[in-house]
Amino acid sequence: MLRGILIAILTIGIIGTGYWGYKEHQEKNAVLIQAENNYQRAFHDLTYQIDLLHDKIGTTLAMNSRDSLSPALAEVWRVTSEAQNDVGQLPLTLLPFNKTEEFLSNIGDFSYRTAVRDLNGEPLSEEEYKTLQQLYGHAEEIQKELRKVQHLVIENNLRWMDVELALAAGQKQADNTIINGFETVEKNVQSYSEAEFGPSQTSKNNNKNGEFTNLEGEEIDKNKAQEIAKDFLNLKGNIEMSVAENGEGASNGFYSLTINDPDSKAEIYMDITKKGGYPIWVLQNREVTERKVSLNEASNNAIKFLKEHNFHTQELFESAQYDNIGVFNFVSSVNGVRVYPDSIKMKVALDDGQIIGFSAKDFLSAHKEREIPEAKISRDEARKKVNPNLEVMEDRLAIITNELGEEVLCYEFLGVINNDTYRLYINASNGHEEMVTKLKNAEPLYN
Amino acid sequence: MNFKLFIKILILLFVITIGLFGGSEFNSTQAFSDQIIQRGATGDDVIELQSRLQYNGYYHGKIDGVYGWSTYWSVRNFQKAFGLTEVDGLVGQKTKDMLIRATKYNRDFVYANLKKGNRFTHYGGVPWEIQSAPSQQTIEKAKKSAEAKRTEFESQYRAQGTGTPQQIGQDPTGGGQQGGGQASPGGQPQGEGQASPGGQPQGEGQASPGGQPQGEGQANPGTQPQGEGQTQPAPQQEPQQAPQEQQPAEEQSPPEGAQTQEEEQPDEGGGPTAVNMPGGFSENDIQLMSNAVYGEARGEPYIGQVAVAAVILNRLNSATFPNTISGIIFEPLAFTAVADGQIWLTPNEQARRAVLDAINGMDPSDGATYYFNPDTATSKWIWGRPQIKRIGKHIFCR
Repeated sequence: MLRGILIAILTIGIIGTGYWGYKEHQEKNAVLIQAENNYQRAFHDLTYQIDLLHDKIGTTLAMNSRDSLSPALAEVWRVTSEAQNDVGQLPLTLLPFNKTEEFLSNIGDFSYRTAVRDLNGEPLSEEEYKTLQQLYGHAEEIQKELRKVQHLVIENNLRWMDVELALAAGQKQADNTIINGFETVEKNVQSYSEAEFGPSQTSKNNNKNGEFTNLEGEEIDKNKAQEIAKDFLNLKGNIEMSVAENGEGASNGFYSLTINDPDSKAEIYMDITKKGGYPIWVLQNREVTERKVSLNEASNNAIKFLKEHNFHTQELFESAQYDNIGVFNFVSSVNGVRVYPDSIKMKVALDDGQIIGFSAKDFLSAHKEREIPEAKISRDEARKKVNPNLEVMEDRLAIITNELGEEVLCYEFLGVINNDTYRLYINASNGHEEMVTKLKNAEPLYN
Repeated sequence: MNFKLFIKILILLFVITIGLFGGSEFNSTQAFSDQIIQRGATGDDVIELQSRLQYNGYYHGKIDGVYGWSTYWSVRNFQKAFGLTEVDGLVGQKTKDMLIRATKYNRDFVYANLKKGNRFTHYGGVPWEIQSAPSQQTIEKAKKSAEAKRTEFESQYRAQGTGTPQQIGQDPTGGGQQGGGQASPGGQPQGEGQASPGGQPQGEGQASPGGQPQGEGQANPGTQPQGEGQTQPAPQQEPQQAPQEQQPAEEQSPPEGAQTQEEEQPDEGGGPTAVNMPGGFSENDIQLMSNAVYGEARGEPYIGQVAVAAVILNRLNSATFPNTISGIIFEPLAFTAVADGQIWLTPNEQARRAVLDAINGMDPSDGATYYFNPDTATSKWIWGRPQIKRIGKHIFCR
């Protein structure tokens, strides 16, 4: 009797577990299939976009009328950004696929720049036409390769989940068709020369690496770096600090210092360039729990600090309070012309007004002796180029880096439409509207 | 001799009376603290500033306690209209005095509404009740009436020309209050018509900043900066017959009564309803990044966390990565914390600070777009990237 009951219970238990396990399995599969489908969609979408890209570049080659060329190039730009978006959804981070992504983005930049240009005034140059032809060829190669992968994926029912697992586990299965296919694409793209996008494109890319090309001064050693740090942070006596050198891949030689601030007991971190010994950034990790100092006092502290450390041309351009910390952005000002690329950011604690952060990265990579060109058009002429709906509140001359990565002299206008504030830049030599930005309003709290 | 004494007593009484009325005005005026308010500031002073500017039609934005661009232009317009020498958007003592003379501030109303999270306005000359959670029409109407008043003030001010905005504060519609609006123009003897009936519903009489002739008597040491007078209801708090020698001393130390009252009020609720946000980011982006940083690097030193946040931002600027914060964070296989769900842990305050530091321009990674933990990294490829530096357990590379 007892045995019978026991058997019955166990049987029910086993059946129950089996059913539960089956359900779990089903659910897991459902989730996996869903993830797989997402990958598949992104992948097939990507191949489609590359197809389209190839065709679109092809049509621009055949076009003669300027009127249709601009929209066609804009279309190329749109398609590249779609393709980039698809790449971002595939598990390719651990796969060398950078060159291809860069290539896509370069096509995008190139087509965008030519699309927004007034092609009536400045038609496609011989060189640019050649670039387009080359791009057409490259797009075709990538397209072919991807088509091949796509065909294999469909034919053999290859799963992206396997790719993801293989990549995550780090074992490179030699016969993983998808990985191999993408690697081939990457290898092909690598062989394309970078120069073909024209000079401005490369200068933009260089800027992005943040190299400090204009540093002056001697190479310093570790001891000197420590001295500079003590001087910069106004620390005296024997200070505990450790110094490390940069790794080989860094674009600029620097020393990284970790300093034990005896006053606040909070560590200060700092990087100093090897050449010339300029502080790149300083950061102190300290909690600031109360506010005793006003933002204005804090900004005065920051200004004083900059003066003391030989940044004589910097003027305050933005200030903001985040809880109990004041953040300030300084740009240099040469003969009343603001030089926006030369920016220094500072962080001041509002409990005691001490500087707890400093970043001169932008300043170091952009600063140089500049010849400020003369403005060729007058302020009033520039004013006429501004949208008449804008109530201009402030204006000045400024040097900015425009979308092409060039430094240009502009008239800067700050103005208001309704409750929003806009910043506009009108090129001071040709009157082009270089840049318009809507300035950020405070964000409401949602709780 | 007796006659002289009598005169002296008379003078003394006179001075005390002035002090009293003046004091009562000080007391009912919710005054700014003595900081110079600069663009980007947040807090109670900014709420007051915005309310006051809205009162006379200069500011039409939301009263949220963040000194943003629209507040900045309002301040500048105000400074320009009222002939202040420096039109710089810095709200210093002169601007504050002028504001206090020209406007009223119903602190209780403002804070009650801030606390409730109501939409509200603070226009002068409109009954308060309808300004709490008003309809769009009411706002428009109030705005118009305030702007009309602004024009009127400005023309009045210009008519007087010399910087003595005598009638500016008067506002018969502001809740049935009369006589409290008398401004005390700089450099004029004070005391006539200054009586501000205390205990009114909207109790802000117009302040007559100290340091003016009123202060040249015994009640106020002549050297006092103007602003301190406003938070000093000393004469009123003291017994009326307080010997005159004591008064300067009392003036020096701000009386606790008003002060604590001022400081306590914000705690009751309200306060700024918005925050500064770095351009191009939203609070939710920052939250998402904090999640990622916390999930990825919570065991790392602070600087390592800033560096991880900086890597996310460097990817944002890089051609080879998606162009949005969420695109970067959720890119498959980009972050292990995303893959194993640790990103959904609740981040702490430090992770958030690290993200803000990175957004505000600190880049301890020196331009890195990748990082990995050499102990757990499985991809051979990542080792091939040019390495920049090591922070904590992570190696940062390009």
